[in-house]
Amino acid sequence: MTDRASNSRASLFVQDPRTKARNATEKRFRIYGLSAIITALLALVWLLISIFGNGLPAFKQTFITFPVTLEESVLDKAGNRNIAEMSKTTTVGYGKLLAKSLAAEIAARSIDLGELDPKELAKMISEESSATLRDRVLADPSLIGQTLDITVLASGRIDGYFKGRVTLESAAIDKNTSPEQLLLADKLKAAGVMTVQLNSGFVTMPDASDKRPEAAGLGVAIIGSIYMMLVVLFLALPIGVAASVYLEEFAPKNRWTDLIEVNIANLAAVPSIVYGILGLAIFINFAGLPQSAPIVGGLVLTLLTLPRIIIPTRAALKAVPPSIRDAALGVGASRLQTVTHHVLPLAMPGVLTGTIIGLAQALGETAPLLLIGMVAFVRDFPGAPISGLFDPAAALPVQIYNWTQRGDPGFVERASGAIIVLLVFLIAMNAVAIYLRRKFERRW
Amino acid sequence: MGLGLLLLILLLLAVGGYIVGRGRAVAQVSGDIRKLHSLPPFYGRITSLITLVPALFLIAVWLLAEPLFIETKAFSLIAADDLPEGKSAELVMADVRRVTAGLTALQAIGRDTTPLLSNPADLKAALNDAGIVLETEPTVSTMAAAAALGAAKASSRWILSFAALAVACIGLGYALSRIKPEYRARNATERFAMWLLIACSMVAVLTTAGIVGSLLVESIHFFQLYPATEFFFSSNWNPKFGGGSSLGILPLLWGTLYVSAIALVVAVPIGLMSAIYLAEYASKSTRAWVKPAIEILAGIPTIVYGLFALVTVGPLLRDYFAMPLGFGDSSSSVMTAGLVMGIMVIPFVSSLSDDIINAVPQSLRDGSLGLGATPSETIRQVVIPAALPGIVGAILLAASRAIGETMIVVLGAGAAAQLSLNPFEAMTTVTVKIVSQLTGDTEFASPETLVAFALGLALFTLTLALNIIALIIVRKYREQYE
Repeated sequence: MTDRASNSRASLFVQDPRTKARNATEKRFRIYGLSAIITALLALVWLLISIFGNGLPAFKQTFITFPVTLEESVLDKAGNRNIAEMSKTTTVGYGKLLAKSLAAEIAARSIDLGELDPKELAKMISEESSATLRDRVLADPSLIGQTLDITVLASGRIDGYFKGRVTLESAAIDKNTSPEQLLLADKLKAAGVMTVQLNSGFVTMPDASDKRPEAAGLGVAIIGSIYMMLVVLFLALPIGVAASVYLEEFAPKNRWTDLIEVNIANLAAVPSIVYGILGLAIFINFAGLPQSAPIVGGLVLTLLTLPRIIIPTRAALKAVPPSIRDAALGVGASRLQTVTHHVLPLAMPGVLTGTIIGLAQALGETAPLLLIGMVAFVRDFPGAPISGLFDPAAALPVQIYNWTQRGDPGFVERASGAIIVLLVFLIAMNAVAIYLRRKFERRW
Repeated sequence: MGLGLLLLILLLLAVGGYIVGRGRAVAQVSGDIRKLHSLPPFYGRITSLITLVPALFLIAVWLLAEPLFIETKAFSLIAADDLPEGKSAELVMADVRRVTAGLTALQAIGRDTTPLLSNPADLKAALNDAGIVLETEPTVSTMAAAAALGAAKASSRWILSFAALAVACIGLGYALSRIKPEYRARNATERFAMWLLIACSMVAVLTTAGIVGSLLVESIHFFQLYPATEFFFSSNWNPKFGGGSSLGILPLLWGTLYVSAIALVVAVPIGLMSAIYLAEYASKSTRAWVKPAIEILAGIPTIVYGLFALVTVGPLLRDYFAMPLGFGDSSSSVMTAGLVMGIMVIPFVSSLSDDIINAVPQSLRDGSLGLGATPSETIRQVVIPAALPGIVGAILLAASRAIGETMIVVLGAGAAAQLSLNPFEAMTTVTVKIVSQLTGDTEFASPETLVAFALGLALFTLTLALNIIALIIVRKYREQYE
């Protein structure tokens, strides 16, 4: 410092080069920090935009509306409305009927087919539609002979055309569709026969086969996920709270309880897939529980969620001041009464917040469910609880994985749409948790 | 009797026990509850606890142990000649189980299964109708075993229902017989409750025991079928269902470490710098919304990241980096998975580092600033060195998270097991192979399936070691400043 003091040019108002350099470094350092935060936030925004951009179209779907005459000569040759005989007419028969009716409608509206081969017309209707119509007729044979205005799903490629996934160029090299189909689709849309509207089937219908992305829905997966969350809630919450109460309020400090504590801390960090292996080995191979059943998924997720519930619950119990306990004990309550009457109710907001966040994490968990057979293709809705817990079902995150593994590009849109549904559930759960925390949290 | 009905009856018994127990206690002192040792509800509570808990315990144990007993019985019925060469006993038992499930399903829809049991071809066709596909026609002894298994299962359920109800009734009777005015019901209830609490806290220990036990047992099975040296030191992974596969863990381990390393290269600078900025520079209001926003990244399910890698990041990297630079044309690559995983891991690094930087005593900062250091010099030369052990712990935890991550690599990294340095090439990881070896129809006696347990054991050991080291470091560090 001495030689600087002797420097006649040193001034408080003019920075010397070294100070300048140091200040520049300071500025750069701040910019690094700021840009790190901005990068992280941009990554989040990019992720969300990508998912929502890909997924929102899944909630809209292309439908075709036209009158169909359910001809007795095709659907019920004997004419006696015998269900067993009627079910001999396969979906192919219904498909032909639909195609004929659509052709008739196009002719009636004098829409030019263009160069489209009339046989190709049938392919514009989803194969799922004929199955749906068949089920409807078999459930109510009195419909036969009537002319109904029905709304059916358009095929996945037509739907993709209106969503920008399929173009005239790509259709030219695609054996599942043709540019002529797409041109006709434009005309049908202009005529109002074909409409793009909200698709409630996406959240209510079961999964559909590989070639019918337009008909695939999340119904079974949502039910399966709800069942699993019920199992987790009914098992993990009481067990987690009981374990936390014991460890926090009653356990003597010794090696054994120390072991339990280290154990819980480690379990929280065990990779989730290991829990899947545990579930496969214990619940399916050893105990013989059925594969793909929500009960097994629920049990695995319970074990996975337990440490994640115990840790915040213990923190909430610890936050209750000792004076509360002393007061209760002082007026003659037993230790258990102190906990159940005073400490637990005061800690409840924290416990519930922790539980809801734990449940939200369990809801998004995929890897362990893959190992216990939840990837199976399930079209039937599971029954009502408790026996329904043992029926095969899907789960939301696994359904998403399942769809990403399919060939048809329409399933990418479905998978992204399913993620939006999953995120809506997660946001709702977290919002409840934040509300509870804000509303009931007490600072002592 | 269905399980639901049984539980309902037990619950009703417990509720009844509460009412009767409470009433009995009050009646014995003819309404003058001052003469009772405890308040009347305690007499009810202890009665219902003694009625319900042992019966529930019996049901749980029974359901877990049931297959063990009745399957050995059914297994003894399988003739020795029916165990063909190369076909393991486990495989035959899987057939037996499938036939049993089919028979139960057929009986449920009201079909008489007795004639089917003498005709394998008919049985196979009937089961096919019921949605259960058998590869081959069942042998006579398989059918006998299946029928015995079905019968044993049904009778086991009846015995269970009967036993559970008997235990509940005995408990109820015992509890009621003990009710006297001087009976210390409150103390008994609390002792009982305390044991329940202890039992619940044991679940965590049992989970660990279950994980370690199942991994070890099946890994030992695997090493009996496949040489351990091959597994640990072979650089070739090529499972063939049908034998003759090479199952070396090295390429998988390499893929795992490569992906995790890229993830950390992305996450550590971003996470650490964000933590420093939030802890040292950001205003309170900025912190209040930026910190939760970054933590959202940790709350998003990994399947979402997986899809993001598959649909957005993978094709982007392929079209703008890998293809023009001549690194290959695969959209799933180590880089894709590593980058996306890096984004996922950012909050793990930043949150923990933020806490740790905040825990550095203010006096250190004040001293440094007072000597004329700029804030950034203070951070780099005082705060970070002081917080270093904790930050290393945070990074280790993030590494363990990255190593155990499954869905991002399943969807983003590909399935080709290879040792390569090119980050734009598809590689695979330990977790991906656990999933691919254990999904679908698995046959539990082949090394190709059992290898997943050995891989799981390796993964568990690796992450456990990282976690323990990280926890020790973080704990030591906390003590230092407390």
